[in-house]
Amino acid sequence: MKRFLSFVKKEFLHIFRDYRTLFILFGIPVAQILIFGYAVSMDIKNAGIAILDLSHDEITQKLSDKLISSDFFRKTGNLLNYNDIDEVFKQGKTKAVIVFEEGFGKRLIAEGKASLSIIADGSEPNTATLVTNYTMAIVNNFTSELTGPVVNNSIIIKPEVKMFYNPELKSHFMFVPGVITLILILICALMTSVTITREKEFGTMEVLLVSPLRPVQIIIGKVMPYFILSFINVLLILALSWFVFGLPVKGSIILLLAEAMLYILMSLTLGILISTVSSNMQQAIFISLIGLMLPTILLSGFIFPIENMPEIYDYVSMIMPPRYFIVIIKSIMIKGTGLPYIWKETVILIIMTLIFMGLSIRKFKIRLE
Amino acid sequence: MRTILYLIRKEFIQIFRNKFISKAIFAVPIVQMLILVPAITFEIKNVNLTISDKDMTPESRGLISKLEGSSFFNVSYSTFSENEANSLLHRNKCSVILHIPYGFGKDIIKGTSGNILVVIDAINASTAQLSWAYLNGVIRDYNLDLVTKNISSIPVSIQPHIEITNRYWYNELLNYKYYMLPGILVILVTAIGFLLAGLNMVREKEIGTIEQINVTPVRKYQFIIAKMVPFLLIGLVDLALGLLIGKLAFNIPFEGSILLMFSGATIFLIAVLGLALFISTFSSTQQQYMFVAFFCMIIFILMSGIFTPYESMPQWAQKFNLINPVAYLMRINRMVMLKGSSIHDISRELYSLIVIAVCFTSLAVRRYRKTA
Repeated sequence: MKRFLSFVKKEFLHIFRDYRTLFILFGIPVAQILIFGYAVSMDIKNAGIAILDLSHDEITQKLSDKLISSDFFRKTGNLLNYNDIDEVFKQGKTKAVIVFEEGFGKRLIAEGKASLSIIADGSEPNTATLVTNYTMAIVNNFTSELTGPVVNNSIIIKPEVKMFYNPELKSHFMFVPGVITLILILICALMTSVTITREKEFGTMEVLLVSPLRPVQIIIGKVMPYFILSFINVLLILALSWFVFGLPVKGSIILLLAEAMLYILMSLTLGILISTVSSNMQQAIFISLIGLMLPTILLSGFIFPIENMPEIYDYVSMIMPPRYFIVIIKSIMIKGTGLPYIWKETVILIIMTLIFMGLSIRKFKIRLE
Repeated sequence: MRTILYLIRKEFIQIFRNKFISKAIFAVPIVQMLILVPAITFEIKNVNLTISDKDMTPESRGLISKLEGSSFFNVSYSTFSENEANSLLHRNKCSVILHIPYGFGKDIIKGTSGNILVVIDAINASTAQLSWAYLNGVIRDYNLDLVTKNISSIPVSIQPHIEITNRYWYNELLNYKYYMLPGILVILVTAIGFLLAGLNMVREKEIGTIEQINVTPVRKYQFIIAKMVPFLLIGLVDLALGLLIGKLAFNIPFEGSILLMFSGATIFLIAVLGLALFISTFSSTQQQYMFVAFFCMIIFILMSGIFTPYESMPQWAQKFNLINPVAYLMRINRMVMLKGSSIHDISRELYSLIVIAVCFTSLAVRRYRKTA
């Protein structure tokens, strides 16, 4: 035991000696949280629109002003004819063109009907849909203002809506759990696989293997510091989300930390497994970073809900551990529910940990080749 | 020139000697593109809906059958108990609950308004908003049905009405694969080039073989160029493979000039590889390099506008993106591929990339020391 402890101490010293790596280790989650909190959002703001006004009357003027004065849009120009549309889309600044037909105002007053078309740049589907929807809403709003308040008693059904868990519809509720999930698996798998492969690559693993330490002790000793560092990372992200975004942990914090430990352990064993199949560091990094990064971001339900994917992805994503942890962390943190609601996901993570562990033990070579 | 060619040859031999890496640099992007590109949609469908109908009248059933008929909602449970409904929400079994209280049908027949309560799981705020908008639309529709049925003669006044038609150019059906393929491709090309080039350089330092180069008359710039060219070529081959997958597997049209896209990608790769080699000059171990590279990559990718609209970012974020090569290639790729933008349309992006490429590469050459 004493031998083992001094080995762990040696590993800690290795890590703490490298200030830069430590700094980045904690810098990555902080940067991610801040980017998601302040820099990016799915919603549109200041999207460029251009106006193709073939009518040039008072009403089209008013309506275009109304569109542009909203926060959603910003005018990128007035077009003269249809051929310009392709031109402005190709320049990329304009997301949609609003076309007023000829004699728009006149027809609206005389015939009570006029038409307007929204041509959106479909190469960015999400932006295109949002721009179209917002424009429609603003135009409809404009029409009802034009006609004055409509007096009718036709509204029979009065729906009332309650936004559960997140009444203010903030995006933090989505990304804080996502960032924790993403960061833990990537950093843990990366660090463990690299640190063990490094010993293999430089031949120092042999030195360790001939030492009185047992192979299991060596691996645990190597992984232990990262376990603690990752755990500190979890605390850091939770503290950040609490102080910066005011997002508390609604459920039991003990349970949350316990689940986080399980997830860290799972990620570390995944890292060990990667190290057993890699012969050098480049390979380990390739697998744990390039191999894991995109699938984790895209198939975990972090940004894109799995329900919306084609059905087969419901099965494909089953092998992605982050998928389960995201459910666990959302349930505890935001819904405030307990183990009865998430035992299934917990069991799956435990099984995955055991599988990774078993495979690593089988693959771990203590002899020279 | 011959020196550079020899050095490049050496690099290629070293890269392809590693059996895993030599296969993975081509196989991993192909597999990931095939699996990930079709996965992503922003379209919402099959939102699980729980109905708690305590009214059980033809009026309430009419509304329910309207909801059952939509592909947006998937009526998965019905229950009378509020606790049961809430527990379904807690357990992720549904994300919307519709409560129709007792007396709803009666109120409607009487002509007073019938109240209903909608509860939505709002953890994902944007899905919640869309679900609500959609549900509200269905309710309004049903309302209108009831109005026309109950009051057969409503005064149809002629009110001004603006007819709105809308179209999506370049991607008529809003196929998300069009949007995701160029994006994912940029990420993969970046990740492979950025990581491997830097690691390769640091590895030479770590195992000491860089000393053997340093004592030869090889010039600094020759060495840096020789380190860049192989990964530049690998990146371009990956790009070509990705575009081929887009064409063959997903049938995504390529509107613009392929030459233009590859020129853009070449400048981009020089910029990224320059940055990689620059970072590698002050990393002494592969672990150190990997962490710095990971940090840069995550920030570059998230800020690049791969999943989120570029314009809605705040001013400071857009300023930051002036030095983010990934953001430029993200736009170039999508514009050239999907819209057929010309060199004139993307000139600003190209110029900026050239400036970044020159800066990073000269920094890398300057920082690289032949003396220990």
